Amino acid sequence: MNVRDIVSTLEGTLLTGEELLDLDIKAACGADLMSDVMAFVNDGVVLLTGLVNPQSIRTADLMDIRVIVFVRGKVPPKDMVAEAQANGMAVIATRYSMFLACGRLYAAGIRSGGTRDIR
Amino acid sequence: MSPRYEVPGGDLSLAGRASAEVKRAPGRLGVDPAAIKRMAVATHEAEINMAIHAGGGHAEAEIVPGKIVVTLRDEGPGIADLELEMQEGYSTAPEHIRELGFGAGMGLANMKRNADELTIDSTPGAGTTIMIMIRLDTGRT
Repeated sequence: MNVRDIVSTLEGTLLTGEELLDLDIKAACGADLMSDVMAFVNDGVVLLTGLVNPQSIRTADLMDIRVIVFVRGKVPPKDMVAEAQANGMAVIATRYSMFLACGRLYAAGIRSGGTRDIR
Repeated sequence: MSPRYEVPGGDLSLAGRASAEVKRAPGRLGVDPAAIKRMAVATHEAEINMAIHAGGGHAEAEIVPGKIVVTLRDEGPGIADLELEMQEGYSTAPEHIRELGFGAGMGLANMKRNADELTIDSTPGAGTTIMIMIRLDTGRT
């Protein structure tokens, strides 16, 4: 599924990252806890989060995450969007809750959680 | 080459700069990106700990043939019980830090997981020095 499909599946708004609309995404991770994103996520996921602060952008950058979705109708401030843009990321805002946003992406074809093995 | 970065205390909105630099700088020299990422993650965890618990400090990165070594030093309160702190899920982070998405008690264990060698030298009341070593020839991802 590409970023364009993610925007439409979530009935979302793309805030930056038009150049990534054709980027293929195979896994998704929903987390408000950036500690867990750093501890569990592998490459190539779309990150869904309700955490709107610069650390969500910085954690994503650290983990090579190129696409972030802010759920629950949260819209990041302009400086956060600018930081994401400078890092070459796409930022999407959706009114869906975390559960429904994850569910919609799963139903639309993203089936991997994109984490390392969890024992 | 051993660049030095200040790690600000308290204000998490500024934390993560050293690890971002660590991640970007050696990439240009053709170093294995997987090794760089492990180093950046381990360094980021250490920086966040330093910002939360120690009021800041500084980080130095050293790139020598075959490995990268990042050393982080602070003059904070030190780690009282390292064995306990290494357990996943154990955290002494305050509530306002947890609200920022951190303080889940994953930091030290995640540093250990990503590093090829990790030494933590901490004296209660006198500060902590952390050395993170990543080998560049392991092919580990």
